[in-house]
Amino acid sequence: MGSTGTVEAGAAETAGLREKLRPYRAVLASRARSQRAYRTSFVLDLASSLLVGLVELAEVWVLFSNVTSLGGMRFNQILLVFGMADLGFSLADLSFGHLDNLPDFLRAGTLDAFYLRPQPILLQLITSDISLRRLARAAVGAAALGIGLATAGVSWDPRTVVLLALGLVSGYATFAALFVWAAGLQFFLLDGEEMTNAFVYGGRYAATQPASVWSRPLKLIFGFFFPMAFTAYLPTVTILGLPGPDWLPAWLGWCAPAAAAWSWLMGLLCWRWGLRHYQGGGG
Amino acid sequence: MRATARVYWRLLVAGFRRQSAYRLAALGGLVANLTFGLLKVAVLFATVRAAGGQLHGYNTASMSTYVWLSQGLLGSVNLHGRTDLALRVKDGQVAVDFLRPVDLQAGTIATETGGSLFALIPRGLPSVLVGAVTVGIQLPNSPVFYLLGAISVLLGIVISAATVYLIAVAGFWLVETRGLQILYMLASGFLGGLFVPIALFPNWLHIVATATPFPSIMMCPIDVLSGIGGAGGAAELVLTQLAWLTGVVAVGQLLTRAGRRRLEVQGG
Repeated sequence: MGSTGTVEAGAAETAGLREKLRPYRAVLASRARSQRAYRTSFVLDLASSLLVGLVELAEVWVLFSNVTSLGGMRFNQILLVFGMADLGFSLADLSFGHLDNLPDFLRAGTLDAFYLRPQPILLQLITSDISLRRLARAAVGAAALGIGLATAGVSWDPRTVVLLALGLVSGYATFAALFVWAAGLQFFLLDGEEMTNAFVYGGRYAATQPASVWSRPLKLIFGFFFPMAFTAYLPTVTILGLPGPDWLPAWLGWCAPAAAAWSWLMGLLCWRWGLRHYQGGGG
Repeated sequence: MRATARVYWRLLVAGFRRQSAYRLAALGGLVANLTFGLLKVAVLFATVRAAGGQLHGYNTASMSTYVWLSQGLLGSVNLHGRTDLALRVKDGQVAVDFLRPVDLQAGTIATETGGSLFALIPRGLPSVLVGAVTVGIQLPNSPVFYLLGAISVLLGIVISAATVYLIAVAGFWLVETRGLQILYMLASGFLGGLFVPIALFPNWLHIVATATPFPSIMMCPIDVLSGIGGAGGAAELVLTQLAWLTGVVAVGQLLTRAGRRRLEVQGG
């Protein structure tokens, strides 16, 4: 009798949750539909997004056409770093990248409309759009990661699989947190919106590099404060059993989830701080 | 003739002053430029060291010069391809521009150039300065390189404005030019040597790059200012830029005339 009650309560809770999520799902589905409505335009968007990924890969390849090893890694090893970082970033960009439009909302005063709905503002903003074209760029990252895994002499055991999953999920979460972090700061920056590009897009660039080439100040900034080394480089070093550089020992690869948690803590704090600072558009 | 020159001069000054209104934006751009600069230094220095200290004529000092000059120019040359004009072509407001007694192409380029020249003050010079203080850069002694360098920077800025103008006027036929803009952004950054100097490209890719106007936008001014290739080499680069400028401007003029006949403004 008692157990049936719990099951029923559980079922009711699931139904309640589903009901709560329904508006978000409806918005996301409509955004996805609208992007696919113009077929040619969508195909072109996918193609250009694919090119973005390929050109970024080409920039790494050009360096390796001059030298065989960079920061203690060969090209097929750096493919792992590049692939893991770019896959995580593209997926975060797909689902969180439109938070970059917040300054436009603030300038036009349209953010105030979000206050009228009985849902958390951050959640509304996140689910207000989805950029399906970034799937093409994610595919480049996935392909690079796949080739890296196949050629860099990775030993396939449970440890590798766990590290890979841990790295990818944490990397995605860390990049997503950076978008939230940047959005929180936009309440103060407005015209200075480009400042956050330094750690969001600069962070993506940093994440694809072997962190062993960084100077000490860079290790502090992108190794720990904006924990970019944890999104791809450190998990890769741990998977491959390479020695880590100064300040970034190989075992840190296991701490990728801690880096993601730290980023979300900072992101949500900044968001809260920014939202409290916001005085409304005066509408 | 003098009256015409004065009009374009005024447009250039107006562009300069408009850009000066956004100080916080300039600071934001500077912070982003410096961060990317430090990351570029890290990976390119590692590449030069891995190659044994010398790589296609670059050592770490001249590589640092490349990094900080490129970061400094980034705020002034248009490597993203977005323009106000493209929006005006799309929504038909360009019809009003055609009514003015000013050449559309020359007016647009003059205004853009003014804004770009302003950006050198809050973004260009501080980037180079911070790079020089924190990492150290190597600059030539002879004043020839600075004189030619100033001309080359101005040419780079004008070439970029004239090239993105082509994307905007392509809108007379395409209406939506975003695809073209993204293509430009990728090609001009990569082939123009934004992340890796084109001297490091494999031979075939180097040939591809020099067959486009993109190296003339950023790579040439950097090579002239840093004195790589001597005075003769610098003069040659400036001549190359002049040739590309002539070509790009001529194509722009042709497209503008053809597009003007093509333009159809809806509504009354």
